[in-house]
Amino acid sequence: MCIGRSLRTVCVIVALPLFIFSTQGQQRQTLTIYAATSLTDAFEELAAVFLENHPETDIVFNFASSSKLAAQLLAGAPADIFASANSSQMDLVVADGRISEGAVQSFATNRLVLIAPADNPAEISGIEDLGSKTLLLVLAVTGTPIRDYTNAMFASHNDEYGDDFAKRALGNLVSEESNVRQVVARIALGEADAGIVYQTDVTDEVRDDVIRFPIEDRHNQIASYPVAALDDTAIPELSEAFIVFLRSDDGQSILGAFGFCSPSREADETTTEPTAETGQDKPIVVETEVAPCEGLEAES
Amino acid sequence: MKVWKLKADKLLLVAVSAFAFLLLAIPIFVLVVSGLGSRAWEGLPESSSILTATLLSFASTLAVVCLAALLGTPLAYVLSRFEFRGKRIVSLFIELPIVMPPAVAGLALLITFGRRGFIGAWLADAGIVIPFTILAVIIAQFFISAPFYIRSAQVGFSSVSAEVEDAARVDGAYGWQMFWYITLPIAWRALASGMILCWARAVGEFGATILFAGNLQGRTQTMPLLVYSVFERDISAAIWTGLILIVLALVALFVSQWFAATQDRLD
Repeated sequence: MCIGRSLRTVCVIVALPLFIFSTQGQQRQTLTIYAATSLTDAFEELAAVFLENHPETDIVFNFASSSKLAAQLLAGAPADIFASANSSQMDLVVADGRISEGAVQSFATNRLVLIAPADNPAEISGIEDLGSKTLLLVLAVTGTPIRDYTNAMFASHNDEYGDDFAKRALGNLVSEESNVRQVVARIALGEADAGIVYQTDVTDEVRDDVIRFPIEDRHNQIASYPVAALDDTAIPELSEAFIVFLRSDDGQSILGAFGFCSPSREADETTTEPTAETGQDKPIVVETEVAPCEGLEAES
Repeated sequence: MKVWKLKADKLLLVAVSAFAFLLLAIPIFVLVVSGLGSRAWEGLPESSSILTATLLSFASTLAVVCLAALLGTPLAYVLSRFEFRGKRIVSLFIELPIVMPPAVAGLALLITFGRRGFIGAWLADAGIVIPFTILAVIIAQFFISAPFYIRSAQVGFSSVSAEVEDAARVDGAYGWQMFWYITLPIAWRALASGMILCWARAVGEFGATILFAGNLQGRTQTMPLLVYSVFERDISAAIWTGLILIVLALVALFVSQWFAATQDRLD
């Protein structure tokens, strides 16, 4: 009628995108997965395989540091699945009530590795140099799982390289990146001399740009990745299907191809996480006969 | 019928305007209220990071404004007084940082002044490494915010009519003298308002800084970087820093509007 054209134009402009999105949603289900940055490549591959068996599904990822994801989930961000790089960030979401404790399952483990640019400008040869040389060290920001593991790993070296080794190493810190892949990027670009990342972060794209130095098993930390479906997901069956796939032999072999290890049942129960409350100077204790994955070979 | 149409149109206009206003105002309102309501200041004494970030922000932006005045004023003057080939391209490059995504600017700075960068590699040979230093913060902020000053100063200089300068020249003023005693006193409000805008933009700079300068408390962590780094583990520090930034932005807005108002009165 007379409200006529202007109102109709406004309605069309506002409604058109909504309409397009909603019709897509009616036919297809969208699985929204919040995953730790270190899972990026592996999860993209997992999603591709999963979608082959679930053609009516779309998968949307939100990759960020687990602590950032947990903060977003606590603020009510809509998600179906949360995959964290440690249990303390998962625990925050559990404590908030958006995930029930029984739903949390471990699906992968990872380890730390020291990396340097391919031309090794600071001429480091191992962890000890981080405390004895002056160099540009880059780590992930405090609060992220990788940083908690790194602090614990540094502290574990104190008895070997001197009581203040961790302090000296952190004295070389020049930047705190918001997630672990940004640490890799700094090193691959050659802007910093050394960084601590997960061994899976040295992906094919950067393999030629960085060199890796293994960290001894007794000091290294076993990062354990928990996953869970959010209690308030609108698509619980699909979410559960993805988690089952993640923990299946197929899923585990894809994760393995990206350098992740399978969590052993024993490791699940005896792994203690470094948390702010319990102090970070205790290394993770894994009471399994064999570490679930081999350490890295030394590179020369 | 016509009256009804007018009413409906007016209603629509008001409704859409109100919606737009609320969209802009509510988040800021909520931030202020939740900052005050959650008694965020009680967590404050532990957060020495706020103090260091504030000091760092003030130090770096002061340097940026000084640099902008020192380097930008001649450039703005040249652009307002001289016609030369390629002037449009020069203007384009000056205005580009205003609209380009700061993260892209940070990337550009990194591959230019980074240790392996176009110029940075050469500097690194001389023992100068810029990333991860306050110098990198200043460069990033300057790159993003100096165009605000240069553009404003250029408009200011252009408002000084040629007749005034010609008259001064007839009276024997030349070069520096004329700039200092004639042009500057007339154009200073535009310059000052440009400095305020430049400063405000520099204080808020995030993307270019975090990419180029990195992020470490007391070293390169400015206030916006602090907000981003701590919001998941220290929300009260993040909110408080956010409140400080909002107050600074308000002050900058008021001051620059005051300059604009007094300028209008003079004109």
